[in-house]
Amino acid sequence: MSALSIQTPFDVAKLREDFPVLKQTIHGKPLVYLDNAATAQKPQSVIDAIVKFYAVDCANIHRGVHELSQRSTKTYELTRAKVQKFLNARHQHEIIFVRGTTEGINLVTQTWGRKNVKAGDEIIVAGLEHHSNIVPWQMLCEETGAHLRVIPIDDRGDLILDEYAKLLNPRTRMVAIGHVSNALGTINPVRKIIEMAHTAGALTLVDGAQAVPHMKVDVQALDADFYAFSGHKLFGPTGIGVLYGKTDLLNAMPPYQGGGDMIRTVTFEKTTYNDLPYKFEAGTPDIAGGIGLGAAVDYVNSIGIDKITAYEHELLLYGTEAVSQIPGLRIIGTAREKAAVISFVMEGIHPHDIGTVLDRMGIAVRTGHHCAQPVMDRYQIPATTRASFAFYNTTAEIDSLVAGLHKVKEIFS
Amino acid sequence: MVDDLYQETILDHSKRPRNFHSMDDANRKAEGYNPLCGDKLKLFLRVEDDIVKEASFLGAGCAISTASASLMTESLKGKNRAQALKLLDEFHELLTTDVQAAKDLGKLVVFCGVRDYPARVKCATLAWHTLRSALNDTGETASTE
Repeated sequence: MSALSIQTPFDVAKLREDFPVLKQTIHGKPLVYLDNAATAQKPQSVIDAIVKFYAVDCANIHRGVHELSQRSTKTYELTRAKVQKFLNARHQHEIIFVRGTTEGINLVTQTWGRKNVKAGDEIIVAGLEHHSNIVPWQMLCEETGAHLRVIPIDDRGDLILDEYAKLLNPRTRMVAIGHVSNALGTINPVRKIIEMAHTAGALTLVDGAQAVPHMKVDVQALDADFYAFSGHKLFGPTGIGVLYGKTDLLNAMPPYQGGGDMIRTVTFEKTTYNDLPYKFEAGTPDIAGGIGLGAAVDYVNSIGIDKITAYEHELLLYGTEAVSQIPGLRIIGTAREKAAVISFVMEGIHPHDIGTVLDRMGIAVRTGHHCAQPVMDRYQIPATTRASFAFYNTTAEIDSLVAGLHKVKEIFS
Repeated sequence: MVDDLYQETILDHSKRPRNFHSMDDANRKAEGYNPLCGDKLKLFLRVEDDIVKEASFLGAGCAISTASASLMTESLKGKNRAQALKLLDEFHELLTTDVQAAKDLGKLVVFCGVRDYPARVKCATLAWHTLRSALNDTGETASTE
């Protein structure tokens, strides 16, 4: 195989020990997990935090005066502080807990959107978006009579900023943009995109699902108005995510769902709403999920997000070089700035067949349209195979992937 | 191992699909779509006096769905509507249950390995869903969902 050697700023083998799921064999082969863009695996510390909540501290939050409720409230709210710091938000109350990125975006379309978007207004998204950052805006446009505009991408998978500049106009109300493309790995120049939107008088929402686990995100430096991400892609549990919003915007927005916890006073004549962030958090939340997310943030901090970025970039370079050697394989998405995602097609071989053969060799990849059908249409392909990396992946695993792809060729050619 | 799924006949029909063309004088047509993977298929039938005289297809799909469509078009010729629908049910049973394969399936038994790959059952059944809507002449796109 390739004689490339890569820099490892931490002991990968030791970190892998923290992930119980990685210690198994699949169809008799060691698991090679390369589907991190779909969901990341969980370290023992996250699993332990969830178990501890259910085994020792379980109580509802924000309600009881009893010991357990105080413990669970404290640990749950501690996560809010950890996330605030992690994203460098100005205030803790700007961190709203939601189910995931999708719910975060829907919260904005249904509260800010319904109040502020009118017929004839325009919303801009990018041609790279995941369905979760397209469909909620389409639904809002259908409801209000606003129009959806799309920033085109070039053949490499980079956004064409000149075209974006032309789309911006006084009717633009919102620019909703993915930070990193899940299908291609493109890292979008979100700071520049936000600056241009603000100059045009529009607000911005960033879908950070694929960025937060892999790079330092500073919502103040970006000047994002809204920023959403999912806990489960950040090595935390499913069912919990975060919507960040600027205080003034959040205060001016109507509540999302009605129920307990989001109110101050309720009579049958009138209800007054709670302060931020609780105004947007009706009902008993995913307490265990929130606590698990806190443990995940701690875990990532213990490694260092900058080290993770550096190592994953090395994996991307190694992997790109290695799979490019396979005849008939074409990488889809060759943007100038990329996260560690390699999406590809193989001549005459369908991604599902590739995925099945790799699975039998213990290698987990994603095949399909990656919830980004417009991206597939742009390249006129029905689907791709995608290998997406995390800091616990190794060059040896990339070598296994390459061996698997040679086996695929052997079967189908 | 994976060879149980990709048997020689399946690989052969996926690389060299039979009856892979459109049909000008088709009197039954239907389209099939698998929204999970984006596979699309067009099925053409010429049915005379209740007998399938010709069957052909076009489309892009994985090895399993292409081979299934190819072998299906071969096995349909000469069958009447009731026989074709019976074959469809038997094929579905082959993919989803452990019962002994029905005798009429003939070459189609090569798909028995698919039952060990639940994620791939829809690949194998796309052509057959499309067959059902062609025979029922609903004019709707058959979906695996």
